[in-house]
Amino acid sequence: MSAPLNSADFAANAHRALGDAHLQQALHVSRDGFIAKRAKAVARLPEFEALRDAARDIKAHTLANLDLYLEAYEAKVLAAGGAVHYAATTQAANAIVLDICRRHGAKSIAKGKSMIGEEMGLNAVLEAQGITPVETDLGEYVIQLRHEMPSHIIAPAVHLTRDQIAADFHRAHKALPPERDLSEPAALLTEARNILREKFLAADIGITGANFLIAETGTSIIVTNEGNGDLSQSLPKVHIVLASIEKLVPTLEDAGTLLRVLARSGTGQDMSVYTTLSTGPRRPGDPDGPDEYHVILLDNGRTKMLGGDFAEMLRCIRCGACLNHCPVYQSIGGHAYGSIYPGPMGSVLTPGLFGLDHSADLPNASTLCGACESVCPVRIPLPKLLRQWRERGFARHLGPETQRLGLAVWGFFAMRPRLYGRAAQIGMRGLALLGRRGRFRSLPFATSWTTSRDFPAPQGETFQAQFAAARKKP
Amino acid sequence: MSDRAKIFADIRRALGVTGAEEARRRAVEARLADPPESVIPARGQTPDPVALFRTEAERVFATVEMVGAAADIPAHIADFLQAKNLPPRLRKGADPYLAALPWHTTALRLDEGRAEGADQVGLAHAFAGIAETGTLALVSGPDNPTTLNFLPETHIVIVEAQKIVGDYETFWCELRAAYGPGGMPRTVNFITGPSRSADIEQTLLLGAHGPRALHILIVGTAVP
Repeated sequence: MSAPLNSADFAANAHRALGDAHLQQALHVSRDGFIAKRAKAVARLPEFEALRDAARDIKAHTLANLDLYLEAYEAKVLAAGGAVHYAATTQAANAIVLDICRRHGAKSIAKGKSMIGEEMGLNAVLEAQGITPVETDLGEYVIQLRHEMPSHIIAPAVHLTRDQIAADFHRAHKALPPERDLSEPAALLTEARNILREKFLAADIGITGANFLIAETGTSIIVTNEGNGDLSQSLPKVHIVLASIEKLVPTLEDAGTLLRVLARSGTGQDMSVYTTLSTGPRRPGDPDGPDEYHVILLDNGRTKMLGGDFAEMLRCIRCGACLNHCPVYQSIGGHAYGSIYPGPMGSVLTPGLFGLDHSADLPNASTLCGACESVCPVRIPLPKLLRQWRERGFARHLGPETQRLGLAVWGFFAMRPRLYGRAAQIGMRGLALLGRRGRFRSLPFATSWTTSRDFPAPQGETFQAQFAAARKKP
Repeated sequence: MSDRAKIFADIRRALGVTGAEEARRRAVEARLADPPESVIPARGQTPDPVALFRTEAERVFATVEMVGAAADIPAHIADFLQAKNLPPRLRKGADPYLAALPWHTTALRLDEGRAEGADQVGLAHAFAGIAETGTLALVSGPDNPTTLNFLPETHIVIVEAQKIVGDYETFWCELRAAYGPGGMPRTVNFITGPSRSADIEQTLLLGAHGPRALHILIVGTAVP
């Protein structure tokens, strides 16, 4: 079983999202916060642009030598007493997790936040085997209670208001007095802390993701603010790290450079509160830490992207900046994309990992304004990659037929410049005549524009006519 | 074919390589053996990293106290716990630096070993401080068990002024010097302020799963 994907319903989902008052309120609250915090952190670091170049180069170099760095990384993990498992598919990755669980007779699992775990659809797989996974990141815990997908890669519950979360806690935590006051976020956090503390202490296995893997030392890195990932990996007897193969970086210094751009780009912090470097299991004499340390390296479509037109996407470090700055994401939220990877990075990655057939609308869910590329810490040319997916979708007839017809009509005129100029002139004059009040309240073929706003009527000559006239002047 | 063999084959096909190219191997080995210098922010290149560390740590809501000599640490901790209305009891590891402090001059009660769920205050001795971001670096082991950094609600950390470095690059060098090239402690915890969450409506709340309070004692002065 893999992650649920319903990107085929994008248009309907987006429409519903725009009309969802709770969602719009939540998005309104989050948007300005993320953008302002990043801007402030960047302004405090004059070297930030140079660091973005360095970060891009590190990831590009690692990807170009991925086979060799993987070998070096694997050797180091083994030397530290850890185990490395390779999984070509999410099914294979789930089977490896289940096998480890079975060997330890695991009943309960504490999970740190992991997008790879989401990609694997791991929770459903565990539950089907009678194993209880508990998400410990506050946002992930909330969406687990709601049986939802995360709507943001670093802020999974960003689509919810505090009132919705309070209602969920009242519903889920039945043992607590029903009349307790959960109106303040602090009360919600304290309640989650108390409930989850028990789960950490009872868990048989801890599962986390990895922000980076270091070839030099065989180390996995997690970055959190809550400390949940650290409790998940240091209290249970077994620690399983879920990572995809492109998380690799060569050295400690390289990881340091990427850490300098990661939190600043995502949450606007200079450093997240907890950045943890883990190398192998408990050592002789250690009073705590796991007895076993497993890394599962997932491919799931990444090697296919590596040699092709979308290889640059593999530089992504999952900071979330492109989501935070995208006018489309900020209008419809993450769920409308129907993929665990939403926003600009998701609209490139989702077709790459899960196929364009089910996600052809996603590359079109962009105005190509370029905000995503302008904030990407590893300088992924997201608009270029989105355009490439559009071209492929068009070539494979995945878009609506009306769009092809429109483009064919436009193409007919565009290849005949004189006719184009004449037709545009007639069209504009006609519209100007009909729209003497200066605007249209409704317009055939443009109802999706005019249902929510007026369409301006043309004023004066067409651009081409004005341009020609201006050139004639001495 | 195993998944491992398949993934390596797919990577090499995608990159158009065999994995046996001498030039690639040499480039990778060279980088791993001698990491090239990257962009190092000027912020950390200060003559007074201790002052910068304090400023940056306080910016992320840690509290910081300067302590003249190691012998004064127990009294400072006793005062801090009293001011916070916390019981005079804390948990620490076997760290010899902490063990050598004159605890008998106070009424503090010390428990030793990994953190238990009921511990209210954890005490640790940092491997280093990194001034650039006001970050503590703690390493795991019997001296300072990792769970002490996360389970108790109040975390007190001792860092010697001379162990505070300006930037991460200097820290990596210190780490390699202590553990050998390519060697690592099981866990390195970078800690930058007390735990927090902004998952509810982007409201910043201190004290998520980790400590609600992080109190740092900087001991002595940096050796010039």
